[in-house]
Amino acid sequence: MKICEIKDLLGAEVLCGEELLEHDVASACCSDMMSDVLAYVKDQGVLVTGLVNPQVIRTANMMDMVCIVFVRNKEPSEAMLDLARDFGLVVMRSSLRAFEACGRLYEGGLGGKAGDAHVE
Amino acid sequence: MSNNLNFHFNVDGENFSSAGEASVVVKKKLRQLGFPPDIIRRVSIAMYEGEINMVIHANGGDADVTVDDDYITIVLKDTGPGIPDVSLAMQEGYSTARESIRALGFGAGMGLPNMKKYTDSMEIDTTVGVGTTITMKIALNK
Repeated sequence: MKICEIKDLLGAEVLCGEELLEHDVASACCSDMMSDVLAYVKDQGVLVTGLVNPQVIRTANMMDMVCIVFVRNKEPSEAMLDLARDFGLVVMRSSLRAFEACGRLYEGGLGGKAGDAHVE
Repeated sequence: MSNNLNFHFNVDGENFSSAGEASVVVKKKLRQLGFPPDIIRRVSIAMYEGEINMVIHANGGDADVTVDDDYITIVLKDTGPGIPDVSLAMQEGYSTARESIRALGFGAGMGLPNMKKYTDSMEIDTTVGVGTTITMKIALNK
């Protein structure tokens, strides 16, 4: 799925990384616990979260993710967006709650694991 | 002939917002040096978890990363409270982090197990009231 399709499915506003909207992503994850993201994420390119602090941006960078979606219209600071720009991340925000955002993405064809045919 | 590279960082324990900055720098350097993505990711995650731990539990400390022909070695040294029971601390889900830290998305008790998972070896040298030194190695050329 292209990142611009994520934007459309979630009615999201892109806050940085407009130039990367044509990139493809294969899967996503959703968590407010960055500890869990660091422990369980493998090749998920998209992070859906309601947590807003600079560690969310750094965690996504560590996990080689390409897109962060802040739900419930959470607004990251300009410093966080600068960090995201530096890392080459798309950041968007949606007014949806996490459950509904994930539901729409899943229904739209974005799975939870990279390459659903290769689920371990 | 060996050309070791060393990176030293002072990890600020006062500011949670800046926690992880050293790991970001290391990740960038390793990328510039052309290491495989898998190695870079493992080093970055292990160091990031360790850095966060130092800020949460030990008021910061020193981080040293050495690259030689065989290994990338990360040494995290703090003068914090020490770990009274290492085997307990290594259990997934065990955490002594404050509620305020959990609200920031950390303190799920996954840090140390995760550091072990992503590295080829991890040694914890800790003394209660003195501090903790964690040495992690990631093998190259495997």
